[in-house]
Amino acid sequence: MSALAPSLRLPVVGLARLTALRARPSTVLALGFVGLVVVAAVAPGVLTDRSPTAIDFPSALAAPSWSHPFGTDEVGRDLLTRVIHGARLSLGIGLGATALAMSIAIVLGFAAALAGGIVDTLITRVLEVAFAFPALLLALLLIAIFGPSATTQVIAVGIGSAPGYARMVRGQVLNVRQAGYIEAAAALGHGRWTVIRRHLFPNAMRPLVAVVTLGVGQSIVWASSLAFLGLGIAPPNPEWGALLDAGRLYITTSWWLEILPGLVIVVFAVSVTTLGRTLQRRLEGAGR
Amino acid sequence: MSIVDDRNDTDGAVAVTAATAATAAPAEPGAAGAAPPPVPLLHVEGLRVSFAGTEVVKGISFTAYAGRCLAIVGESGSGKSVTARTVVGLTGAGSEVSVDRLELGDRDLSGLGERQWRRIRGKEVGFVLQDALVSLDQLRKVGHEVAEPLAVHGVGDRRARAAKAIELLESVGVPEPEVRAAQRPYELSGGLRQRALIASAIALDPPLVIADEPTTALDVTVGAQVLDLLAASKSRGTSIILISHDLAVVARLADDVAVMKGGEIVEHGPVEDILRNPQHAYTKALLDAVPSEHTRGTHLVRPADGEEKTVRSRRPVDRGRPLIEARHLVKAFRGPDGKDREVVRDVSFEVFSGETLGIVGESGSGKTTTARIALALTPPTSGEVLLRGEPWSALGLRQRRPARSRIGVVYQDPLSSFDPRWSVDRILADALSRGPRPPANATEARRRSLELLEQVGLGHGHLTSAPLRLSGGQRQRVAIARALAPEPELIVCDEPVSALDVSVQAQVLDLLTDLQDELGVTYLFISHDLGVIHHMCDRILVMKDGEVVESGGADEVFDRPRHPYTQQLLTALPRLEVAR
Repeated sequence: MSALAPSLRLPVVGLARLTALRARPSTVLALGFVGLVVVAAVAPGVLTDRSPTAIDFPSALAAPSWSHPFGTDEVGRDLLTRVIHGARLSLGIGLGATALAMSIAIVLGFAAALAGGIVDTLITRVLEVAFAFPALLLALLLIAIFGPSATTQVIAVGIGSAPGYARMVRGQVLNVRQAGYIEAAAALGHGRWTVIRRHLFPNAMRPLVAVVTLGVGQSIVWASSLAFLGLGIAPPNPEWGALLDAGRLYITTSWWLEILPGLVIVVFAVSVTTLGRTLQRRLEGAGR
Repeated sequence: MSIVDDRNDTDGAVAVTAATAATAAPAEPGAAGAAPPPVPLLHVEGLRVSFAGTEVVKGISFTAYAGRCLAIVGESGSGKSVTARTVVGLTGAGSEVSVDRLELGDRDLSGLGERQWRRIRGKEVGFVLQDALVSLDQLRKVGHEVAEPLAVHGVGDRRARAAKAIELLESVGVPEPEVRAAQRPYELSGGLRQRALIASAIALDPPLVIADEPTTALDVTVGAQVLDLLAASKSRGTSIILISHDLAVVARLADDVAVMKGGEIVEHGPVEDILRNPQHAYTKALLDAVPSEHTRGTHLVRPADGEEKTVRSRRPVDRGRPLIEARHLVKAFRGPDGKDREVVRDVSFEVFSGETLGIVGESGSGKTTTARIALALTPPTSGEVLLRGEPWSALGLRQRRPARSRIGVVYQDPLSSFDPRWSVDRILADALSRGPRPPANATEARRRSLELLEQVGLGHGHLTSAPLRLSGGQRQRVAIARALAPEPELIVCDEPVSALDVSVQAQVLDLLTDLQDELGVTYLFISHDLGVIHHMCDRILVMKDGEVVESGGADEVFDRPRHPYTQQLLTALPRLEVAR
C-alpha cells in the first residue's frame, strides 16, 4: 500500500491538472454562454442597438429571419432584443433568490449544528417539514399574500430552496467541527468565535460554492415557471419568464415566442450547472 | 522499450542479487539446523514494474522457500508492496510488468491473465493485507468472507464451507468462532479482523502466503498473536513472504531478509547476518533508526562523517515543584445504553520541568483522553490538573485562554491539524500571535517564522508551502514549529511519530530531543510504541483500560516490570537484538 499510493496518485493528479487546463469543450461552451448572458445583463447595448420596446406593427409575429433572428412578437418587438434586455432581471432574480436561500440556510444550518441539543432537533424538524412542503405551493401562498412582482419571485424561490441548503450547511458544519485543525486552534487559545470565523465558516462553506452555482440556474428555472403561470412580473417587461407568459397566447401559431426564450432558459441553466460541476470537481480535487 | 534499455544497465546488479538469493538460505547452517535443505517454492527473477512510465520496481530477484519466511523490508516508496502485489497478479491498473522468470513450484506465472490468476489466488497463494477493515467486505458476514476462497474454488457445499469457516476462525485463535462468523467485519476489533483475514488467506492451505504489513495496524499484544499464527503456519511448511517496515517484527518471524530501497534490493541474506552484520549503508541506517533501550540518550541518526552516534547533552531536570500535576483524574462518557463508562480512572501523575513523561498503552487505554484533559480540551469528570501549582482544568474558558500558549500539542496526523486553506507562513504567524511576545508586524512574524523553520530543520523555501504539498516528516516538523511558536513550557505529543517511516521517525525523534536539550522543553509523550517510549522518556506511565497499572523510571519499568500487564506487553514486543 505504502509504496503503491504515491506512485499511483501522482499521475492521477497530473492528469486532472491537464484536463483542467485544457478544459472540456462543454465547459468552454458553458463559460462562453454564461459570459454572454452576463454581458447582456450588465450592458445589453453591447449586443444589440435595438430597443426592447420598439413597436413595429407591420412586422408583428414575424418568423425568425436574418433581420429578426428570434422573430417578433404580437406588436412587432424584436424577440432577441427582448431576451437580451431581459437577462438583467432574470439573472438578478436567480442570484437574489440564491443569495436569500443561502443566507437563511447559513443562519439555520450553523445555529442547528453549533447549538446542538433541543435547538438542533427543532430546526432540523422544521427544515424537514419545509422540505416536504411543495415549493410551488409555498410560492403561490407568498404571491397570494404579496402580489406578483420580481421581489415576490425572489422571496418565494429563495424561501422555497432554503431548506435543502440549510441541511447541507448543517452537515458541513458538523463535519468540519470534528476536524483536527479546529481543536488545534482551540489548543492555541483562540476564542470560540475566532475559530468559527477563521476556520469553521470558510471550510464548511467551501464545498457549497459549487452547489450555489448550481442553485442560480435552478432558481432561474423556478422563477420562470412562476412567471409562466402569470405569477411573476407583468408581461411588457422582457424578463425571460414573462416572455414565456406573453407568448403563451400565440403558442399554436408562433412557436418561436415560446421555444426560443425557453431554449435560452434551458441552455443557461445547463451551462450554469456544467460550470457548477466543473467547480465542484476542482474544489474536491484541491481539498482532501 | 525504455524498460528494455534499462535492463542492460542494472543487469550486473540483478545477477549478483539473484546469486545471493539462490545461495544464501541453503548456505546458512544455523537457520536450517538439522532440517533438510529448504525447498525453493517461488522464483522471481528480473521483476520490473512501472506505473505511467516511472519504474518503481527495478529488476529484482528473490526466492521463497517452503517452511521459511522471506521478509522484504523497506520504507514507503521502496516498491515492496508493489512487489508483493505483483506476485499475486494484483499490480493494479496502469501498471506495466515485465519479468524474466516467475515460477511457483514448477508452474510458470509470468504473463497469466486475470482468469488464470483467479485460479491461483487463494489456492496456491494466500494474501494478507495491512488493513483488514478495508480488505473485508463490510456488508458480508465474517464467515462468508473467510470461506470465500473455498467458494471461489468450488470446495464443498454451502454447509461444509460454513463449518470450515468456523474451524478456520478457531484455528487462528478467534474466541467464540460461531458468534464471530455470523457478525460483520465492522463489529469486530482490529485484531479479530486481522485474524479473520489470515484465516481466509490460509483457508485452502496455500503453499505460499504473502503478508503485507500484517501487524502494522495492531496493538503490540495482538500483533504478537498474529505473528505467532504466521509462525505456526510456517512450521507446517508454508512459505511466507512478509512485507514490513518494522525490523523488530521481521526479526521475530523471518529467516531471510531482502532490504529494498528505490525499487532495488540493496541487501539480501539470512536474518541474523542482516540484523547483526549489515553491509549496506542503508541497512545500517535503518537499524540505527530503530528506537529502543539501547538508543536512549543518543541520536538515532548517525552523523554523515562520524562512526559513532552522538550523545545528547541534557539539561538538568528541575525536581522541585512539578510543572504540571494531575490529581485523581476521572473521565466518564455516557454510552448508548445510558450508562456512564469510565475511560480514565483515577489517573494521577506529575511532570517536572525539562523531563519527558511517557504514557504508553494500547488503543482504548485512555491515554489520548488523559492528554486531552491535560490540554484542557475536555474537562475531567472529577479530579483536577494543576499548572505550576495553580488551577488549570478548573479554570473558566475565558481565564484559561490567555494561558493556553503555555501548553503546546503535536498530533499524530499533522495534516488534519492544519487548516487546508492555510500555508505554512500563516500557520506559524497565527501560532506566534498566541505567545507571550506576539510579533508586532508582518515582517517580524516572517522573521520569527523563518527562525522556527530553521529550528525544526526546514528551509526558508517551505515558508510559503501548503502542508498538503509537504512530505509526512516535513509536515510533522511544521507541526512541531507551530507548537514551539508560542514558547510553551510543556508540549503534549500524542503519537507524534506513529504515522512516519522508521528513518523519518528517527529524524523527528532526534529533533524533539534536540529541542529539549536546547530549549528545556518538557514533554508529555504518548505512544503505543514501547521502543519509542523507552528511547524518549525519563519516566513512564503504563495505562490499561483507563487505569495507570504501573509507573516509574523508564529503565526500572522496562527492566523490572512488576505488573503482569507490563510484563505481557514486554514479552509481546518484537525486539531487535543487534550487536551495537
